[in-house]
Amino acid sequence: MKKSVSNWGNYPVIESDERFFTLKEKLNSLLKEDKQLIARGNGRCYGDAGLADQIISTVKFDKVLAFDTTNGIFECQSGLTLDKILDVIVPKGWFLPVTPGTKFISVGGAVASDIHGKNHHVDGSFSNHVMEIELILASGETIICTPELHHDLFTATCGGMGLTGIITRVKFGLKKIETAYIKQKQVKARNLDHVLELFEEYKHYTYSVAWIDCLKKGSHFGRSILILGEHASKDDLTEKQKTAPLVLPIKKQVSIPFFFPSFVLNKWSVQLFNFLYYNKNFKNEINNVVPYEPFFYPLDAILNWNRGYGRKGFVQYQFVLPLSQKDGLTAILQKISSKGLGSFLAVLKVFGKQESLISFPDEGYTLALDFPVRKGLFDFLDELDQMVLQFGGRIYLSKDARMKPEIFWKSYPHAVEFADIVRKYDPGSRFSSVQSKRLLQTK
Amino acid sequence: MPVVLILGATSDIGVAIAKKFAAEKYGVILASRNPEQLSPLKSDLAIRFGIDCYSCQFDAMDFGSHQNFYQSLPVKPDIAICIFGYMKDNEFVSAHPDELVRTIGTNFTGAASILNIIARDFSKRKSGTIVGISSVAGLRGRQSNYIYGSAKAGFIAYLSGLRNRLFRDQVHVLTVLPGFVNTSMTEDLQLPPLLTAQPVEVAVALYKGVSKKKNTIYVKWFWKWIMLIIKMIPEPIFKKLRL
Ligand SMILES: Cc1cc2nc3c(=O)[nH]c(=O)nc-3n(C[C@H](O)[C@H](O)[C@H](O)COP(=O)(O)OP(=O)(O)OC[C@H]3O[C@@H](n4cnc5c(N)ncnc54)[C@H](O)[C@@H]3O)c2cc1C
Repeated sequence: MKKSVSNWGNYPVIESDERFFTLKEKLNSLLKEDKQLIARGNGRCYGDAGLADQIISTVKFDKVLAFDTTNGIFECQSGLTLDKILDVIVPKGWFLPVTPGTKFISVGGAVASDIHGKNHHVDGSFSNHVMEIELILASGETIICTPELHHDLFTATCGGMGLTGIITRVKFGLKKIETAYIKQKQVKARNLDHVLELFEEYKHYTYSVAWIDCLKKGSHFGRSILILGEHASKDDLTEKQKTAPLVLPIKKQVSIPFFFPSFVLNKWSVQLFNFLYYNKNFKNEINNVVPYEPFFYPLDAILNWNRGYGRKGFVQYQFVLPLSQKDGLTAILQKISSKGLGSFLAVLKVFGKQESLISFPDEGYTLALDFPVRKGLFDFLDELDQMVLQFGGRIYLSKDARMKPEIFWKSYPHAVEFADIVRKYDPGSRFSSVQSKRLLQTK
Repeated sequence: MPVVLILGATSDIGVAIAKKFAAEKYGVILASRNPEQLSPLKSDLAIRFGIDCYSCQFDAMDFGSHQNFYQSLPVKPDIAICIFGYMKDNEFVSAHPDELVRTIGTNFTGAASILNIIARDFSKRKSGTIVGISSVAGLRGRQSNYIYGSAKAGFIAYLSGLRNRLFRDQVHVLTVLPGFVNTSMTEDLQLPPLLTAQPVEVAVALYKGVSKKKNTIYVKWFWKWIMLIIKMIPEPIFKKLRL
C-alpha cells in the first residue's frame, strides 16, 4: 500500500510502500521479495536518503539488548532512538559519546550518517565509538563487522547511507558523566574573524558551536554567539540539584530559542530581534549550568518545527571546508547572505581530524543553513556547490536532496573506493535510495 | 513485585502491553510459540524498567501441554493476559480445513484451555485478574470474517461465564474488544484511520480496565455504538448485506 513519505525537510515527497518489522524473521521474509529497497530510521535526515519505492522501516525494531553499566557499553537494535537511550543511560551516569542536534534519530541512522556532534574536534564522529555492527546483506546473509572484522564493510557502512545493507544491531561505547547538567559558556563575537579566533582560543572545550547572524553586513559580518559546554561535575550544581544529580527536573517548558525558524516571519522582525538579543540581552559572556536537554536539543522542545517552512519544504545546506580555507568560508557565507535566500541564522562548527571513507566530517569549518524551497534556489545551490568544490570542501549527504553527481564524485575523495565496496557486497544494487540513484547512478 | 503473564507476547499488542506493565513496575512473564524471539523484548524490559522478566515457550494449539506449561512457570502470575490470535483471509480459511481448525483452535479452544487452568488456580488463591482479548468481530457473524469471528464469539461467551463463575472468588475477569488495531496482522489491510487504534492505546485502555476492575472494554468508545447498531440490524436484512 503506497503512501506519501518525506524526510525532515519535507522535500522531496515520494509515493512509497513502507514496511515494518519487529522480528528478524519478518525482516528476512521481507528481503526475500526481490525488490530494490532502502532502510529508513526515524526520517530525520533532511532530503532523499532513506527514500525509495520500497522502504524498510526500523522504527519497530527498537529493543535494548545489553547495557554494561560498569564499562559503559550499550547494545541495541537499530531502530531504537537516542531519546530512549538517554532515558536509560543518564540515570546510571552515562551519556552518548556523540549526539546530533536532535535526539529523535535512530541508532541505525546514526551509523549510516556517521553523525557528528558539538564535540567532533575532541571525540570524533559516532562511528569512532562503535564496536560492532550487525547487518543483513543483499544476499540475505547476516554479517557482524567491527573496525577489525570485515574492515571494508565496516567503514563503508559508517556514513554509507544504507547502501551496504540493513543495520540490525549496534554495540557502542558510552561516556561517563557525574551529572545530567552542562556547564555552559556563551561568548559574543563581533564578526566572523572574531568567532574563528574564539573557536581556537576555546578549543579545549568538549562542546562548541556558534550561531551566526547572517543579516549583519560590513564590519559586523559574521556576528555570532559561540556556545561552549562541559559536562558539569557535582560541585557545579546547586544544593537542590545535588540531591539527584543524574535526574533532570520534570520536563518544564523549555523556552523557544530565538532562532526558531517558524517564527522567522520576515527579515525585519528578525533583524530587530537579533539586534536586541546581541546588544541588550546579551552580555559579552554568560556562564551558567543548564540541564543537558536544552543545551544539546534546543529545537526538540518544539515538535515538527520543520513544518514552519510550509508545504514546499526546505533543504539544509551543510558543507565543510578545510581549515586552510578561511577565506572560502567568508566568500561562501557572503554570497549566501547577499542573495538573502537562506536562513537568517547559520550554525558554524570546527571539526577535528578524521580518517574516513565516506563520512562527512573532515578537519575544517562546517556551516549549515536552511533554504526554503523556491524558484531559483537549486540553481543558486549549484553555484554554491562549485564554490565548495573549488575550496576543497564537500556536502553532507544526510542533508542533501539535490546535489549533482559530478559534485559528489569530485568532492568525496574516496567515493570510488566506497562504490567498489558497495558493489562487492551488493552487486545487483539491491539497496538503493532516491539519493543513491541520483548520485551513484545506479539502476 | 506483582507479576503479569502475557500469552502471545511477540504480537505488536503483546509488546505494547508488556511495556505498559513493566513501566508500572510489574514483573513480566513473556510466553510465545518461539521463545527465542522473545529475548530482545526480555532484555529491553529488564534494562529499561529495572524489573524481573522471564520468557517461556507456549503453544496455544498444543492443548496437552498447557497444564505443564502453567505448572513450570518460574513464579505464579497475579494477572494473566491472553492476547494470542490467528487470523487469515476468510475465503482462504474456508478452503483449507486445517486452517479452519487452526483458526478456531487458536482463538477459542487454545484460549479457553489455558485460561481454564489459570482460572482454577486463581479461584483457589481467591485472587487474580484474567484478561482476554477477543474482538468486535465476535459480536455478529459477517460473511467476510465469520470463521475467525465465531471463534472470538465463543471466547467472549467463555469469558463472561468465567467472570460469573469467579466473581465469588474475588477473581476479576476483563474482556477487551479492540476494533481495528494497527499491527503487523493488519498491515496489508486498508483500515479507516479514525477507527483504528495503535497497540499502545490498547495497552493503556487494558491497564486502566484492570485497575478499575471493568468487565468489558472497547478500546475506542465508538466501537460500542457501531457494534450495537450492527447487532440490531434484523437478520432478514443483515443476510443480504455485504459486510
Ligand atoms: C533538527 C536536526 C538536527 C540535526 N543535527 C545533526 C547534527 O548535529 N549532526 C549530524 O551529523 N546530523 C544531524 N542531523 C541529521 C541526522 O542526525 C541524520 O540524518 C540521521 O541519520 C537521522 O537518523 P534517522 O534515524 O532519522 O535516519 P533516516 O533519516 O531515516 O535515514 C538516514 C540514512 O540512514 C540510513 N539508515 C537508517 N537506518 C538504517 C539501518 N538500520 N540500516 C542501514 N541504513 C539505515 C537511511 O537509508 C538513510 O540513508 C540533524 C537532523 C535534524 C532533523
